[in-house]
Amino acid sequence: MSKRRPYIRPMDGWWKKNPFFIEYVIHESTAFFVLAYALTLLVGLVRLGQGETAWSAWLASLKTPLAIVFHVCLLAGAVYHAFSWFKLMPVTLPPVRIGGRKLRADEIVTGGFVAAVAGAAFIYLLVWGLA
Amino acid sequence: MSDPGKIIEIEVLRYNPENDEAPHSTVYKVPFTDDMSVLQGVQYIKDNFDGSLTFRWSCRMAICGSCGMMINGVPKLSCETFLRDYYPNRISLEALAHFPIEKDLVVDWSGFMEKLESVHPYIIPKEKRSPEEGEYLQTPEQFGEYIRYAACINCTLCYSACPQFGLDPDFIGPGALAILHRYNMDSRDGGATRRMELVASEEGVFTCSAAAYCSEVCPKHVDPANAVNINKINASKDYFLRFLRPKGES
Ligand code: FES
Repeated sequence: MSKRRPYIRPMDGWWKKNPFFIEYVIHESTAFFVLAYALTLLVGLVRLGQGETAWSAWLASLKTPLAIVFHVCLLAGAVYHAFSWFKLMPVTLPPVRIGGRKLRADEIVTGGFVAAVAGAAFIYLLVWGLA
Repeated sequence: MSDPGKIIEIEVLRYNPENDEAPHSTVYKVPFTDDMSVLQGVQYIKDNFDGSLTFRWSCRMAICGSCGMMINGVPKLSCETFLRDYYPNRISLEALAHFPIEKDLVVDWSGFMEKLESVHPYIIPKEKRSPEEGEYLQTPEQFGEYIRYAACINCTLCYSACPQFGLDPDFIGPGALAILHRYNMDSRDGGATRRMELVASEEGVFTCSAAAYCSEVCPKHVDPANAVNINKINASKDYFLRFLRPKGES
């Protein structure tokens, strides 16, 4: 008779057991901050559709201290989300070649950051120009 | 300089299927020198304290891939990890995470072996050639496409680093998928279509949530997370392009 009795260890609390996984769960969770901001903008769009009074009320509600604190938190969450997302890019992208040479991991990460900052600055200036 | 008087505490998660309901820890005080690996530490325990302690090893030089274990919760090859780097703290050793424990530090690898087999881990020639036609030629660039993934030694540290494999033992997993990718990327190989069904299957690449710890712990820098994620793109392309391909094409 076989004496085998393989023991399967439980997975409970797996993410608390290793700092790498704690960071992983945190950076994945920051997606909710991005979601929350998307919903905020969506509410704005709906209010805009409801007419001028609704829109002005929505704009005013954004100026309350609570809304400002809320947005600062969202910004921090979104920035961390972007940071972790770019850090992972060398793993998630197929090899990127420029002029026959494969880009190094740090070049891909830096490239991502530069593109993000440039994109954000462009949009900011565009909106500023319009306003 | 090595100091022969040093003693390190090694805590080992023991499990004997014949007597134990569940694994339990035992601490051993092991005298060591600076040149001793963790593997030598457990060998010392086996030789001097308890001959029944069970673990795998062979090459002692980080190439056979058999001596992996959780060292302070991190999957590592015990033959290339040194006791001196943990001293004076206690080291805790446990069988590779996410695999069933067979006995002490030995895990049941049969699931991994089946997965490895399932990826067709060999070259399926693009075109049949007779020996008279000569060898298959490959440029250094073509060689460069897959060599990284060919460095895998099947140590399965990546599986112990993969939470998705821990949660779903049917996931093909980082190691086998990296090997699959290694053959797909080989210019002599024509088996990518045959392997695609597995890549895109329920147990395939989309189980991966890109924690990417596998690439972090890989002792051969294979970057399995990259192989898996490239194949997410490949599988998506394959899925959408099939609507564009003319019908009847093989
Ligand atoms: S004993 Fe072979 S890899 Fe460690």
